[in-house]
Amino acid sequence: MKKAVFGLEPLSCPTCIKKIENTVGKMDGVEAVKVLFNSNKVRAQFNEDVVQAEQIHEVITKLGYPVVSQKVS
Amino acid sequence: MNAKRTSQITALTGILLAIAVGLHFGGLHEWRQGTLIAATIIAGTPIAIKAFQALRMKAFSIELLVTIAVIGALFIGEYVESAAVTFLFLFGAFLEARTLEKTRSSLRSLIDMAPLEATVMRNGEAVIVSVDDVEKGDRVIIRSGEKVAIDGSIVSGKASLNEAAITGESVPASKSIDDRVFSGTIVDNGFIEVIADKVGDDTTFARIIELVEDAQEAKSKTQKFLDRFANVYTPAIVILSVLVYIFTRNIEMTLTFLVVACPGALVISAPVSIVAGIGNGARNGVLVKGGDIMETLAKIDTVVFDKTGTLTRGRPEVTDIHTFFGDKNDLLRIVAEAEMISEHHLGQTIVKEARKRGIPLLNEPEEAEVIEGNGIRAQIEGKLLTIGNRKLMAANGIIVEDATESYAVKREKLGNTAIFAAIDGVVAGIFSIADQIRPEAKSALNELRASGVKQIIMLTGDNRHTAELVGKQLGLDAIYAELLPEDKVAMIQKLKEAGHKVAMAGDGINDAPAIATADIGLAMGEGGTDISMETADVVLMADRLDQFSHAYSLAKATIRNMKQNTFFAVGTVVLLLAGVLLGKVFLASGMLIHELSVLLVILNAVRLIRYTKKQVDIKQPVPILLPE
Repeated sequence: MKKAVFGLEPLSCPTCIKKIENTVGKMDGVEAVKVLFNSNKVRAQFNEDVVQAEQIHEVITKLGYPVVSQKVS
Repeated sequence: MNAKRTSQITALTGILLAIAVGLHFGGLHEWRQGTLIAATIIAGTPIAIKAFQALRMKAFSIELLVTIAVIGALFIGEYVESAAVTFLFLFGAFLEARTLEKTRSSLRSLIDMAPLEATVMRNGEAVIVSVDDVEKGDRVIIRSGEKVAIDGSIVSGKASLNEAAITGESVPASKSIDDRVFSGTIVDNGFIEVIADKVGDDTTFARIIELVEDAQEAKSKTQKFLDRFANVYTPAIVILSVLVYIFTRNIEMTLTFLVVACPGALVISAPVSIVAGIGNGARNGVLVKGGDIMETLAKIDTVVFDKTGTLTRGRPEVTDIHTFFGDKNDLLRIVAEAEMISEHHLGQTIVKEARKRGIPLLNEPEEAEVIEGNGIRAQIEGKLLTIGNRKLMAANGIIVEDATESYAVKREKLGNTAIFAAIDGVVAGIFSIADQIRPEAKSALNELRASGVKQIIMLTGDNRHTAELVGKQLGLDAIYAELLPEDKVAMIQKLKEAGHKVAMAGDGINDAPAIATADIGLAMGEGGTDISMETADVVLMADRLDQFSHAYSLAKATIRNMKQNTFFAVGTVVLLLAGVLLGKVFLASGMLIHELSVLLVILNAVRLIRYTKKQVDIKQPVPILLPE
């Protein structure tokens, strides 16, 4: 189980939260995801055997939110 | 699409609009129409893309409403409207993002204090590495002007440190060997070497940031209500707009209705206030753990304090040693030798006093026994020592003579804790131990009263005389002395049952049950005691009571701000919708007012970031009696 934190560009619409949480949450191997609206961050816990941080990165970018920083621990 | 592109597109659209105005006055009608259509398409495309992305995720977004409205406007040939709406929407979003950043800036300024690199000893050489590469047990060197990158203990050198990042306190603290230093603090002056014991995400600083981030997401009751409201509201507006079309057969009015009704200001009104409020607290050394806590804190009318470590500094000192026979230092020596086994802070104070006077403590106590809450018994040099309070003396059949008792009471009335020391069953002396009231306590309590706290109560395990003295000096409404932890819990429950909203402040460990029972639990952080930071609702990072009074008035200001915002947002939407239905508000002007209302709500919240408590008049406290 790994934890990744993605920094995004400033989020301004609260609907972004649902969009990202729903989509990333449905990915295989993602156990938990939380969008920190006020800190412009996405925190995700995932199973590194099933999914990689890069794939989550890609999905968030495809949703229309460029990822500016990524930290996996 | 990134933020920079968006602002470029916004600027381009703005220029095109200006050109269109010029063409209009120049009488070039065809050119004007062409420019407007170009502006609409340039600005409309990113909006449509966002709308499509959201739609693909089955999310209903404001972009979708705007896209529908703009396509509709193009369809009926209202090019001025379509261009103005797309421009206003992009420009509004741009301003919104900029001002939202402001409400988040207090947290940002905290994060910016995070250190990036550290000087570490590796193979006997000092090397500069990234903070991520520092490991537990590393020897870290910090020079004047540098940031501490880890939590750890000083192994050599001394320095004065600015700990504002952790405590909000800007007066530097001087630290030397064995003292703890924290990540995020800055060495003002000096040179220290520190062995790292917490690195990366485990440092107090990293955990404060995480707690504040989580706190800003934790929703208040009002926020949750607004969210539920928005869930019902958005589909309701779609249905209503369909009804508007059926009754009026006016596409433009229907589209305007749809766009204007977007709950933009409404959904953002409560969160921006909370975020700004929590950010302000964090920068001033108060951690408020979320919006709902803010709301409860603002409603508090009764504050209960523990005495030791909360109203007082928690650093007791021996103020007097009174002997009835024998030498003072001799008595101090054997009592201190016996107290070596004690974990109690009073016992440790006596040991500290002996060390301070340079008395060597060589003997090991024999047959030592700790009598919980009362004292200890031990044998030193063949003498039986009984050290503790009156109860311990009585329990061991030691007679406390009248003169001894009256001396002890006299000392207690002066604010001391009197400790009886008996040798072989006869009281040989009395140790007076006293703690100081925190210097800021009185003014902080006055500020709490001025902000609306009705009664301030002290609960303590200490003796009645000392408690009364502290109570009188601070003008407390009631004091309860000689309590056990479970008595404190019972007192708080009683207050709650009497209908009071109770905050309990304690030093985190022995008061934990009472803190958990109160509506708001306050812990003194002491630069980050793990338990207190996790369990309390509000943490005072610098252990200063004026931070509490700041938090209280801040909570009131935050809730007031949130109510203003909600009221304003609802009011604007109602007025706009009425205006649309009466045919007074059109697409572009409706959009403009809508965006303005969002901005005003954010700007109102920005005021909170700079909020500092007002200087209050020192009023004579009005005592209020407790309900029996």
